[in-house]
Amino acid sequence: MLFARLSLAVEAGEALHVTGPNGIGKSSLIRILAGLLPAFAGTVDTAGAAGLVDERPALDPHLPLARALAFWERMDGHAAGAVERLGLGELGDVPVRFLSTGQKKRAALARLVAQRAPVWLLDEPLNGLDAAAVGLVEALVAEHCACGGLAVVASHQAIALPGAQRLAIMDYTV
Amino acid sequence: MKRQLLALLRRDLALLLLGGRRGGAMLPLVFFLAVATLFPFGVGPDPKLLARTGGGVIWVAALLAAILPLDRLIEPDVELGMFDQWALRGIGEEWIVAVRVLAHWLSFGPLLMVAALPAAALLGLDAATVRTVELGLLAGTPGLAAVGVMVAALTSGLRGGAALAGLLVIPLAVPLLVFGAGSLAPGGETGVALTAAVSLVLLAIAPFAGGAAVRAARG
Repeated sequence: MLFARLSLAVEAGEALHVTGPNGIGKSSLIRILAGLLPAFAGTVDTAGAAGLVDERPALDPHLPLARALAFWERMDGHAAGAVERLGLGELGDVPVRFLSTGQKKRAALARLVAQRAPVWLLDEPLNGLDAAAVGLVEALVAEHCACGGLAVVASHQAIALPGAQRLAIMDYTV
Repeated sequence: MKRQLLALLRRDLALLLLGGRRGGAMLPLVFFLAVATLFPFGVGPDPKLLARTGGGVIWVAALLAAILPLDRLIEPDVELGMFDQWALRGIGEEWIVAVRVLAHWLSFGPLLMVAALPAAALLGLDAATVRTVELGLLAGTPGLAAVGVMVAALTSGLRGGAALAGLLVIPLAVPLLVFGAGSLAPGGETGVALTAAVSLVLLAIAPFAGGAAVRAARG
């Protein structure tokens, strides 16, 4: 059992920052919210499609970045400017497996932006990102919420999300 | 949905077909021809014996060739998080597995049927037998593809899954082999129809069994 008696509600336009020590269940909470893990007890109600960014970029490692992203573009539709915005414009010809951790994370965020899902579930989105990219993620989340989306961000790192709720997962089991 | 499935099929084919990253579709083919070439060395050059057993050899070689790419069919996409992303987009695992069966068959079925021609020549099969072998392969290889993808999905989360997958495919492929190779015996022409029937059953089961396996492994 990771946590119990956990209740949260995030409305459209809001962000939630989930914090807590390693191993407390932040990632599991994100996967439960995404519907990828069944909750042992309780329910999750989500209105609208969810987009997920976790530690796996879900991009074919052998393909050049532009073609790996093009696959998701064919699935989700085209989003102008997402790639350039995340500073990936020059990396289109580089195979995904040669990208750094931070670059892969930015590529996953580009996929998320292009998905246009109203619900963003971000699991440690700041891992491997430099200061400029952290600012970019903060701006993206703020914009997303301003446009009526909502975001749940699980991160042990500080992230500036104006007006965000905070949820510190502690040992709820005792 | 249709657009997404087409995108999936396109990616699967790019990965599995000739020159594709996970395919090396050539490899099962070369393996298949190598088995057919080695067989006469093993049993001796008696043309009558070769002509009588050759069809069966082609079937066994086809089964072995279909097993080769199993560990690359499902597992890498689970590890990459692809299945999670597809689930979030509302694309059921059943659809993904169905598309993959099609792509897997396209990557080895037609090629195997072409390669069976030189193999048949090496083994000295007559024209009527070659025709039955080709018809049998057309009926049976989709079933082999379905079994392959199903087992690949079942073993995707397991350590040492590749060896286990090979082991699991063989008993499931026995009906195909029995009817397929059986169609070559005198008076066994109905075997092709039975092979096709087994294939259809396997094709109908595979997406649901494979999809359920991927979901169960996620939990």
